[in-house]
Amino acid sequence: MAENKLIGHNYTPPDLVAKVTGRARYAEDFRADGMLFCKLLVSPMPHARVRSIDTSAALAMPGVKAILTADDLPDFGGAEKALTNEPFYAGEPILAVAAVDEVTAAEAVERINVDLEPLPFVVDPLESLRPGGPNARTTGNAWGPPMPGGQGPNAPAPPKTIKWTEEQFADADEGRLPIGEPGEEWSYGDLDAGFKSAAIVLDETFVVQSTGHHPMETRSAMAYWQNGKLYLHCSTQSVAQTVPAVARWVGIEPTQIVLISEYTGGGFGSKGGGTVSMAIPALLSKKANAPVMMRISRDDESYIGRARTNMTGRVKAGFAKDGRITALDLFIVQDNGSYGPMGDHRSAGLAASIIYQPPAMRWRAISVLTNTPPRSQQRSPGPMQANGMIEPLITKAAKQLGIDQVEIRKINSPVGKAIYGPVGPTGQRPRLTSAFVVEALDKGKETFRWDEKKAYSGQRRGSKVRGVGVAVGPHGAGSIGFDSLMTIRPDGKLYVQTGVGNLGTHSLMDLARVAAEVLAMPWEKVEVVWGDTGKGVPWSCLSVGSQTTHAMTRANFAGANDAKRKLQEIAAKDLGGAPDDYELGNERVYRRGSPGRGMAYTQAAQRAIELGGKYDGHEVPEDVNAMTKRAAAMHAGLGLMGVAKDNYPRNGTTYSFVVGFAEVEVDVETGKVTLIDYLGVGDVGTVINPRSLLAQIKGGSCLGIAHALQQKWVFDQKYGLMVSRRFHYTKPLTILDIPATMHADAVNLPDPETPVGARGVGEPPVGAGYGAVLNAIADAVGVDVFRRAPVTADLVLMSLENGRRMHEPLQAHV
Amino acid sequence: MDQPPSDARSGVSRRAFIKGVIASGAVASSAAYLFRGNGETIFGQASATDSVERLITLNVNGQMRPVDVMRQETLAMTLRYKLGLTGTKIGCDRAECGACTVLVDDVPHYSCSMLTHTVRGRRVQTIEGLASGGQLHPVQQGVVDEQGFQCAFCMPGFVMAAVGFFKTNPNPTRQELAHGISGNLCRCQDYDKILTSLMRGGEYLAGRRS
Repeated sequence: MAENKLIGHNYTPPDLVAKVTGRARYAEDFRADGMLFCKLLVSPMPHARVRSIDTSAALAMPGVKAILTADDLPDFGGAEKALTNEPFYAGEPILAVAAVDEVTAAEAVERINVDLEPLPFVVDPLESLRPGGPNARTTGNAWGPPMPGGQGPNAPAPPKTIKWTEEQFADADEGRLPIGEPGEEWSYGDLDAGFKSAAIVLDETFVVQSTGHHPMETRSAMAYWQNGKLYLHCSTQSVAQTVPAVARWVGIEPTQIVLISEYTGGGFGSKGGGTVSMAIPALLSKKANAPVMMRISRDDESYIGRARTNMTGRVKAGFAKDGRITALDLFIVQDNGSYGPMGDHRSAGLAASIIYQPPAMRWRAISVLTNTPPRSQQRSPGPMQANGMIEPLITKAAKQLGIDQVEIRKINSPVGKAIYGPVGPTGQRPRLTSAFVVEALDKGKETFRWDEKKAYSGQRRGSKVRGVGVAVGPHGAGSIGFDSLMTIRPDGKLYVQTGVGNLGTHSLMDLARVAAEVLAMPWEKVEVVWGDTGKGVPWSCLSVGSQTTHAMTRANFAGANDAKRKLQEIAAKDLGGAPDDYELGNERVYRRGSPGRGMAYTQAAQRAIELGGKYDGHEVPEDVNAMTKRAAAMHAGLGLMGVAKDNYPRNGTTYSFVVGFAEVEVDVETGKVTLIDYLGVGDVGTVINPRSLLAQIKGGSCLGIAHALQQKWVFDQKYGLMVSRRFHYTKPLTILDIPATMHADAVNLPDPETPVGARGVGEPPVGAGYGAVLNAIADAVGVDVFRRAPVTADLVLMSLENGRRMHEPLQAHV
Repeated sequence: MDQPPSDARSGVSRRAFIKGVIASGAVASSAAYLFRGNGETIFGQASATDSVERLITLNVNGQMRPVDVMRQETLAMTLRYKLGLTGTKIGCDRAECGACTVLVDDVPHYSCSMLTHTVRGRRVQTIEGLASGGQLHPVQQGVVDEQGFQCAFCMPGFVMAAVGFFKTNPNPTRQELAHGISGNLCRCQDYDKILTSLMRGGEYLAGRRS
């Protein structure tokens, strides 16, 4: 596109005033006549079987209207259900009560007798791998590799039982992750030769623990039925893709669902395609014949609200004298939680291959089931953990070799269409679409005044000592193949329909900016329609995995060009010449060179309706999704329709990168770590919305920083109960935990494999923040001070006071 | 299940009691888990038959609102479920996040942790009560102009906390404002942009910028 009027410029998103006046409605803000309230009865045991349920006393209470149990739900052959008769974690919902108010529902729950048979349980994956150790399920303790052709959501393959040997566990006594039979592995290059040729070889163990997603808005939902249709007000990261999921969980057809989620109070991956608990108000309201509000408390959210997988990594790496990695041997034990199967361990291996570009690498991993809350992807699932496990080792190597921390990452960074990972099914190793990490490192080093700050590393000033750290955070940043739907109507406005969720990242609006740019439409004449499937939305991507900007700018580019083509064809039909003779500008389609010879968009829209067929949406391309076809049918005859599937090619896998630079100050008398300064520089392709992009970089970095410094995940090993519930125990970063001003920037170099040049950004900053802070702490107080995060004051203090690391990574520190 | 006995005479330790409960697979409940009486209230501990409602009048956003309120009802619940004011959000119901912040007599309070009956005769102001005459409040305008907040679930709480803070400190530094609103969490971690937009709102409010 020539000179962009909209792309790359800030703007006020149209939903901001609704939010700031309190008028924006989230799931728990909706009301219906006769609405009931529901409360959950959750398992007090980490693994149990329900022998019997006696609800008579509860049902006898006036005001109690219905009770839902697992038997009321469709069967998924082992996949997670909203309610269960064999809870796999303490806190798993067993049944739900609907009553006239919350007090009555809560009292009813108290009066229900559930007879539970306790079963063996385990909350530490290593314990389960020990010979004779307990298994999380009676059917097994670990997931195997993915089935060929992918696994359906309904029935994962049964788990395996994998036990290691006592000899293999000898390593654990030395504080090193034992290595036994993996669940999966891949490798490339000559590992032995790589280690032999190395100047130094390091072997470290590092623990990256789980943290709960804890979005500010819990996953409350309200449902009612009307004329055979389910109306569901919920909190989700994808409106379009939640519909088929809800249909499955409730046991109805997708066409029977109207899903409303115009505002979502955060998700971070825990509400990707909806949440299975949505089935509860849906089915309860059917049973009770009344609307049901399921308000999820923060306590419930601690259990069912999802969390990141833990990973314990054994990292062995060889480095040449100049800091270039010669070989990388990575073993991961992943705590998969109670369901899944989770794939973080795979993305972690690929991420390591991408950002460190080892010429020889072996990845082995095992994903162990535990009786702990279910996991889901959490903002940078896999790559963040990879940063956590590997960055401290890179920092140690640089220190030993006397190389600058930025330089060692530059030497190992991917460039351009870099190769990574093992050989794929095509016989080739995959490539990135592009990478400008070195440019980001250089830009950041200068902006952050790295050399100036580095001069103070490790120097004591009173009780304080400073350090600086840098890390490259990667994440897959773009899917393809989604649909777009828009209409130019006789009122002269462009209506862009979209099925992505509204998390306030503004990618939802940004994708419409692209359409407006292509159609030379002023922004004031653009209306984005989202959040309500009743209004007709096209098949859109999930707002997860940093996808939205990439996937939906491509889709909308296609849809807008479809509309552009139709404008040109209509003009040529009516005014003569060929469609290519016509241009767009000033809300008109006109003959190139003679702006007077043309027609206004308002006229063209009217003509499109008269012409019918493909022009006004009565005919749509064959390759768009069924949901898009239904949405198009809803809008046929309203104006000139642009509707298309993103069929643009893409050569390579799209990844985005953020480089994080951190300066910390450690107080050696209290152990407290304070973040003094932070800069995140993004290599995320073309920047669509600068202000929003910078906020994503800072916000994502903060999530990583919180992992590094303070968020906890603590279990009572003896009873399998979660101790770190709610914000009090797993404290997110507060406004006082960040420096007064955080900085962000972007290299703004377009990705060549997507028409708009834009890649996603949500996730790369998390690993960048996490890694940079860990490295800064190591720079300040020593590379051997900690082997697990969060790096709390006691960890730092113990090591400093004793002159050596006092904790071993495999032991929990509360 | 009341307070588990820790009586040395009966020889029952708290741990053994809990272990016994688990082993026997006895009554399970969501409100108590294993530690009933430790304040794990869900919406009051009274049974449904004890939840008597009383008609009172509250001063909310300058309007006198008559409303039926239970003795144990929190202000957040009354605002959201009985007065149609859903702008105030419930993030934790435990005074751990600040999403429910409202002003009571111009002072920020966590409405999830106040009994509604205690605000009779006092002035309650929520996010819905800031804009007037079709105009946004200066602090709201600052948020719009700087595009503050992302998912915005925490926004009403932050804005009310800031409005209350500016009443006592109309010209703060960025650090002082951060302290003033440190009782509010943002999970999107948009703090940097939040501070920028609220600082601007403060400048609008004090007339230092238009």
